[in-house]
Amino acid sequence: MSMSGAVRRKGWSRKQKRLAIIAGLGLVLALAAALVLTALRDQIVFFYSPTEIAARGVEPGQSIRLGGLVKEGSWTREGQENTFIVTDGASEITAQYRGILPDLFREGQGVVAEGAIGPDGGFTASNVLAKHDENYLPREVVDALKAQGEWRPEGDPS
Amino acid sequence: MTIEIGHFSLILASALALVSAFGGLVLWRRGERLAAILAQSALLQFLLVGIAFAALVQAFVVSDFSLALAANNSHSLKPLIYKISGVWGNHEGSLVLWILILVLFGALVAAFGRRLPDDLFNLVQGTQSLLVAAFGAFTLFTSNPFERLTQPPLEGADLNPVLQDIGLAIHPPLLYAGYVGFSICFSFAIAALVSGRIDQAWARWVRPWTMLSWIFLTLGIAMGSYWAYYELGWGGWWFWDPVENASFMPWLAGTALLHSALVMEKRNALKIWTIFLSIITFSLSLLGTFLVRSGVLTSVHTFASDPTRGLVILTMLAVLIGGAFLLFAMRASALRQGGLFAPISREGALILNNLFLATAIGAILVGTLYPLLLDALVGTSISVGAPFFDLTFGALMAPLLLVLPFGPLLPWKRADLVAAGQRLMGAAALAVFLTILISALGGISISLAPVGLLLGFWVLFGSFAEIIERARIGRIPARESVRRLMGLPRSIWATALGHMGLGLTVLGIVSVTAWETELVTTLNPGESAELAGYEITFEDFAQVPGPNYMADTGIFAVTAPGGQVAHLHAERRSYVASGMPTTEAAIETYGLSQLYLQLGEPLADTHVLRVWHKPYILLIWIGTLVMSGAGVLSLTDRRLRFGAPKQARRHSIEAAE
Repeated sequence: MSMSGAVRRKGWSRKQKRLAIIAGLGLVLALAAALVLTALRDQIVFFYSPTEIAARGVEPGQSIRLGGLVKEGSWTREGQENTFIVTDGASEITAQYRGILPDLFREGQGVVAEGAIGPDGGFTASNVLAKHDENYLPREVVDALKAQGEWRPEGDPS
Repeated sequence: MTIEIGHFSLILASALALVSAFGGLVLWRRGERLAAILAQSALLQFLLVGIAFAALVQAFVVSDFSLALAANNSHSLKPLIYKISGVWGNHEGSLVLWILILVLFGALVAAFGRRLPDDLFNLVQGTQSLLVAAFGAFTLFTSNPFERLTQPPLEGADLNPVLQDIGLAIHPPLLYAGYVGFSICFSFAIAALVSGRIDQAWARWVRPWTMLSWIFLTLGIAMGSYWAYYELGWGGWWFWDPVENASFMPWLAGTALLHSALVMEKRNALKIWTIFLSIITFSLSLLGTFLVRSGVLTSVHTFASDPTRGLVILTMLAVLIGGAFLLFAMRASALRQGGLFAPISREGALILNNLFLATAIGAILVGTLYPLLLDALVGTSISVGAPFFDLTFGALMAPLLLVLPFGPLLPWKRADLVAAGQRLMGAAALAVFLTILISALGGISISLAPVGLLLGFWVLFGSFAEIIERARIGRIPARESVRRLMGLPRSIWATALGHMGLGLTVLGIVSVTAWETELVTTLNPGESAELAGYEITFEDFAQVPGPNYMADTGIFAVTAPGGQVAHLHAERRSYVASGMPTTEAAIETYGLSQLYLQLGEPLADTHVLRVWHKPYILLIWIGTLVMSGAGVLSLTDRRLRFGAPKQARRHSIEAAE
């Protein structure tokens, strides 16, 4: 204590102390910024509608969010394996999900599924997003439906 | 009639607040006479908003469906507690609750803050009243909760079934008390900037209010997390959803503020930063309450929102927050910085704490707003999900947890790291030993699990180093050590306990993340499945009517590894009024671990069953309770900080009893 204290008293002027603190702060902030930017590049998940997948193609295995309406009459279940078709009116894609679907998963309703396209072109969902309320439709789904001219404000798929 | 009285009360309260705001902010130099009037006004505002709120509660309780709000959100068959909590289960009603807590804090300052200098008191009450007036006007003009229906329906539309839970009765009031409590820090910051009075005394006055709000926010977030865990039925306890982030950011900022106010109080340093944090904390709280309602962010928590209302909210937030920062920019340079210290010192450690917390807030803010920004600028829809937050937040918290136990051991001004390190050797050794032991026994399922365990145990044991040091445990006779322990100021205990709580939460998170097991299977009644040593037998399936729903109930017998049998009921409910289904998970607690059962929709005779075993998950919430308890303990220590030796002696005798 006494030695390091003596060194500090001699060697560290007021200005140097301040500089050391500011340099330390700067370093941490720079590292954090680098971390955030790297994470933003690698960890974000893009949102696609079936039409966008059909038009642009998505790398198999890449993690994406798929959004649209669950096609009427397309949901089948065998044991815990669920199969349903996600459509935006123009294109559709078959999705598979193993497990229990959220309470508000219905045919004709909006859905957002997280997962990846398989080599066969089908979509395997790792997570189907639940909703609090039947009127709630993810904004991305609304936009995608509007883009396809399939949007009906009351969510009534007649 | 009562509804009109409520409506009128809210109008009156807002008008009164506007007058108070003018008086407090413009005539603040008028001293004691103005202070007396403002104190009366604050109490009156509380009374009036209380009447308005009571009128709403009354309409919900008696199912008066001529009130549009009750017709849209209530139902006569609902249990009483959900009728009451239904008042704030919607946009309009929750705003009234928000304002009620705002005026409550104003009234508390009026009642307990009379020792404040008059200038400061007037400015604080003025700012607080300005907030009341602004949000009162917003409620009255854009989201009137007192709207009547000319043709009242016979029955209400019912509250969203997911919200019909004890969680709604507790979570929002706690959360709002936390959010809104930070308005006091904000008001104090504005008062300091306007009056130029900013000294150690200021920090001493602000800190208890910060602590109080922080306790509420901690409990509110923890409660919300537990509620989501058991009610939403997906077994998760934190989703990095925009709304959760919005509540977490003010919590982080409030935590930083607690620590920086300490530096200011004890050493008269970090003044500008503390003022800045006070403004930031409340701004983030406002963002938390209102960004989601403005409709710009999509979240599972969304209240139905209309765009005009959103625009008003955003404008109001911009004016309030922008105005505060403008004032800050104009006045901050006039504040004198004081208190010099070496990088390695208590101050240095607390700055490090603030640095990491502030950076974490920045990372979460970027992650939450980036999708919005990208959508607006490029038009690409993306989502920033849990992996982003886990990575950035985890990486920023790890060094914070690493240095945390050092903080309380470092003296102010200048410290010796080696000496502090020596006192932590025991904690470090114990943490390493337990981590190796658990990793050997439990297996390493994810590579970072041992690092997490190590950090958790390190913080947990390291928290006690200061107490052990002060009581000289092991170095003097045990009886003498106990006497010293009893004589320690409560703030020391509070620090240790708060950090210990954090350690517990970290351990719970690591344990669940690394060692959770899950099973998805199809079962018929009579069949069994096995998970983590628990045998789950599907005993029976029945349809059971509830007060306002029908439930498909699966009855399960769970045999624990120890042999004891528990009967669990997992339900799928269908609500009569809305036709909405909900899942009620069955949860059985074994020590600190839980077994979590979710029943799927039936197909013919078979049912899908999803089971999780969540080891030591309760530590997550126990840790938050310990943290809140530490906050309460620190509040009881308040008078000690005024440094009256006689009081201190009496205090230690009390503690010994």
